[in-house]
Amino acid sequence: MNTSVNLCGITLSNPIIPASGTFGYGREFAELYDINCLGTFSCKGTTAQPRLGNPTPRIAEGSCGMLNAVGLQNPGIDAVIAEELPALERVFHKPIIANVCGFSVAEYVTVAKKFDACPSVGWLEVNISCPNVHGGGMGFGTSCESAAEVTAAVKAAVQKPVIVKLTPNVTDIASIAKACEDAGADALSLINTVMAMRIDLNTKQPVLKNITGGLSGPAVFPLALRMVWQVYEAVRIPIIGLGGVSSARDVIEMMLAGATAVGVGAANLKNPFICKQMVETLPDIMLQYEIENLKDIIGRAHRN
Amino acid sequence: MLQSTFTLKENNRLTPSVHELKLQGDCSAITAPGQFVQVSVPGKFLRRPFSVCDVADDVLTLCVRVSGEGTDALCALPVGTELDLLTGLGNGFDLSEVSPMPLLIGGGSGVGALYGLAKALLQRGRIVHAALCFRTAEDMYYVNQFKALGAEVTVFTEDGSAGEAGNALFALMLPHWDVFACGPLGMLRSLDDACENPLQISLEARMGCGFGACMGCTIETEDGPRRVCKDGPVFQGQTIVWPDENEE
Repeated sequence: MNTSVNLCGITLSNPIIPASGTFGYGREFAELYDINCLGTFSCKGTTAQPRLGNPTPRIAEGSCGMLNAVGLQNPGIDAVIAEELPALERVFHKPIIANVCGFSVAEYVTVAKKFDACPSVGWLEVNISCPNVHGGGMGFGTSCESAAEVTAAVKAAVQKPVIVKLTPNVTDIASIAKACEDAGADALSLINTVMAMRIDLNTKQPVLKNITGGLSGPAVFPLALRMVWQVYEAVRIPIIGLGGVSSARDVIEMMLAGATAVGVGAANLKNPFICKQMVETLPDIMLQYEIENLKDIIGRAHRN
Repeated sequence: MLQSTFTLKENNRLTPSVHELKLQGDCSAITAPGQFVQVSVPGKFLRRPFSVCDVADDVLTLCVRVSGEGTDALCALPVGTELDLLTGLGNGFDLSEVSPMPLLIGGGSGVGALYGLAKALLQRGRIVHAALCFRTAEDMYYVNQFKALGAEVTVFTEDGSAGEAGNALFALMLPHWDVFACGPLGMLRSLDDACENPLQISLEARMGCGFGACMGCTIETEDGPRRVCKDGPVFQGQTIVWPDENEE
């Protein structure tokens, strides 16, 4: 039985990848279990300067998921390279996905170039899909032109494979995916969170100080799956499928829809051991569904 | 931190809105008073954080204020229900330099959270004064429990319907050296402004994960951003940068 997959020339021992913003820079989880069991993970979205993020409350709940409006709190790229990555290298021995954020094309390029020079970084994930910041993030991911512009600028500045992370908050995600591929993207990850809100019946005001936040968790899984399906039909580059994935069965389903690797987000926050448990149960689930080689099922649902 | 299953052994309604839950399970990860647990409530996606009021062998006690759908569902659970908990979360109170005569100020649902602290300080030979603050007499709970421990207890109610009339700030007029406080944010903020002695504050926050991963509960401090769940929930007085009042 073979769980390995290949993402832009780098082999992952399994396709399970904790998603950006739910795994910090790995340290909290390394205290709980040996995170080397993971395929890799995507670090917290990182900007050029330190950010405190949005005012609180910035967490809310839905029936089958959660909303966040954290707004890219992070210590800034220089502190990440000076403090977080060295600490991580002591406990994690695989290349990581570095999540790159920005408020201008120049900022994306600056952050991406600095991560590109780090030996522990395997891929750059360009986040043009954060719904919780103004004047950046998702602003770049909602049109083909701006998505392509960021992709091309980062590609021209770095050596490592570039993954572009897409937002579901668009009319036609496949066309944006295609634009990123044409601009040189080596892979795509989708979906980021779905813009949503809640209102407190007592105060009669929005729960989140930011008013809106991004919905994640099992509620969005079918929506994410549909988008992975559509994007798989539109592009030739590999896809990291994510959005509400909570079990090894969800991993298989995402891969059948077209994902080469699978991100796990909100589920980590409810059960900090979920990714380890998924890695451990994946072979049993493969056996149950008569899957010998996990690579073989990528996009399998598109073929009769 | 430990993830394990607990069994609900007792569910006692203390006031119209506060329930005392006694849960049996592996309490070994809980190492200091003031730490908290994350309880997975059936039917809810996010866990709910609660301060640990007391630990005795394999039973932990929580005082839960019904404040929404999640806490309502939790407090309606019958004895015998199995619950998934993360235990041993947060830093807890720092007991390394406690004066001989600490003052504990609890407000509302924060009263229960100071019970384990009172117990630990009394065991260390301190003279513990507990100021237990409520809106009105109907909200009172745990007064006799603090007395039974051997703490000196003064009750304050905002409307004067029981004990002394006044809020938590009035408690600072009691003789004291260092202060430990838990309660609503407004109370903690006014204590932080008014208290000139060493002060430890246990904060509550709307949390995502409870173990430092999601950055949902961040506050600003003199030392930079801190996570209430992982770096707190207990913070030293005079270190928190409270949000601009104009924004509230």
